Amino acid sequence: MTLSTIPTRALSEQGINFRNLIINGDMSIAQRGTSQAGISTGYNTCDRWRTQQQIGAFTQSQSTDVPSGQGFATSLKMDCTTANASPGSTSQLSVHQRLEGQMLQSIKKGTPNAESLTMSFWVKSNKTGTYTAEINDDDNSRSISKSYTIDTADTWEKKTITFEGDTTGTLDNDNARSFEVLWWLDAGSDLKSGTFNTSWNSTTLANRVSSSQVSLADNTANEWYITGVQLEVGTSASDFEFLPYDVNLQRCLRYFERMKCLSGGDIVLMLGHHFATGNSYGKLTYYPKRSSPSLSIPSLSNIYYLSNGNLANPNLVQINGSGLQTAEIRVDASNQTAGGSGWLRINLSQVGFDLSAEL
Amino acid sequence: MENIQSVKWNYDLITNTKCSYQVMLIDGTIMSVPLDEANSDYQAIQEWVAEGNTITDNGGGE
Repeated sequence: MTLSTIPTRALSEQGINFRNLIINGDMSIAQRGTSQAGISTGYNTCDRWRTQQQIGAFTQSQSTDVPSGQGFATSLKMDCTTANASPGSTSQLSVHQRLEGQMLQSIKKGTPNAESLTMSFWVKSNKTGTYTAEINDDDNSRSISKSYTIDTADTWEKKTITFEGDTTGTLDNDNARSFEVLWWLDAGSDLKSGTFNTSWNSTTLANRVSSSQVSLADNTANEWYITGVQLEVGTSASDFEFLPYDVNLQRCLRYFERMKCLSGGDIVLMLGHHFATGNSYGKLTYYPKRSSPSLSIPSLSNIYYLSNGNLANPNLVQINGSGLQTAEIRVDASNQTAGGSGWLRINLSQVGFDLSAEL
Repeated sequence: MENIQSVKWNYDLITNTKCSYQVMLIDGTIMSVPLDEANSDYQAIQEWVAEGNTITDNGGGE
C-alpha cells in the first residue's frame, strides 16, 4: 500500500503539529531557481518568499550558508549589487511572506481571546544595527512593528520577537491575503519619519519602520541572510518545526508549481482531437491550487508541438478555463490538422510551465 | 506581477467568448491569466487598467 499523505499522528510523534504559520521557513524549496540577479518586486528564488525591491539592485539566492549545528541546509541571501544610499521617500526594500486568512483563524484576531504571535528566525549580515519586522493585517489595514538588532557582523544570530494579540479586526476566513509578515532591509524617509508603531494600530505609512533601520542598499558590500523562520501562537518560541521535504514542497505547490524539463524533451501536455486546423485543446492537471492559477511560459521558442510527423513552435498557448486542479489549455500551431492529435514538449533544461496562484 | 508590457483578451474559439488574459511582460515572458478575482495576477491587471492602460481586444474568431 502506498500512502499519498503522511498521517497526522505520525507527524505529531515527530514533534510536528504544523504550528509554524510560515511556509518554507527553512528556505529548502526554491522551484524558481537558486539564484536570481537584479531581482524585481515579486517572487524570485525561495518559494513563498516575496521581495519588495525598490532600492538599489540585489541578487537573491538560496544559500548554503547556514547557522552551524541547527539542522538547516539552506538560507535566503540578499546581496547588494548596486548601491543607493538616497532612496526615494516612499521606496521600500523588504523580504516578506503573505498568508491566507483561512490559515490564520486559530490566532483569534479581532476577538477578546486574540493570541500573541512569536516570531523566531536566524539572521546574519555584515551590517550590524537595528532592523524592523512587521505584520500587516490587510483585511483591516492594521499593523504592528518591532525592531531587532544584529549585534555582531557576519555571525548567525537567533532572534525572537513577540507580537501582542490584536482584539480589533477579525480576519476573513477565505483564501485571500490577510497577513503580510515583513523583514525590512531599507526604507525611504516617509516610512520612518513618524512614531514607530510597536502595538497594533491602523496602518500609518510614517510609523511602519524604525527610524534607526539599517540601510542595506547603501553599499555593494552589504548582504543579509535569513533562515529558520517560524511564526507561532503564544509568547515563546519553540524549536523550529522541520517538515519532511515532500510535505514542505506540497505546501509550496499550493501557490506555485513549475513543470520543468530536467534533461530536454519532457512532455507537459497531451492534446487530442484538434478542434480545427491550426488549433487544439488539452487538459492540464496540477497540484491543487489556492486559486485558479496563471500560466507563464518564458518563451514559445523553447516549446514544441509535435503532430503529424513534424514539430513546430506554437504561436499561442492560453488558458481557456481553469479550476483549482485542472485547466483547459488551447494551443495553436501550424502543424495541427482537424481531427488529429499531438503533444507539447519543453525543449530546454530548467525551462518550464509556471503555474502561479501566489498571494 | 509587475513589468506588464501589454495585455490582450483571449477568446474561447468554441464559444467565441472572452476566457482569459494574455499578458506580455517586459522580459518576454508570456502569461495566461484566468478570469478569477482571487488570482493575484488578475488583480494586478485590474490595477494596470486603473492606471490608464488598455487591454487589446482583437475580437473572437482568431
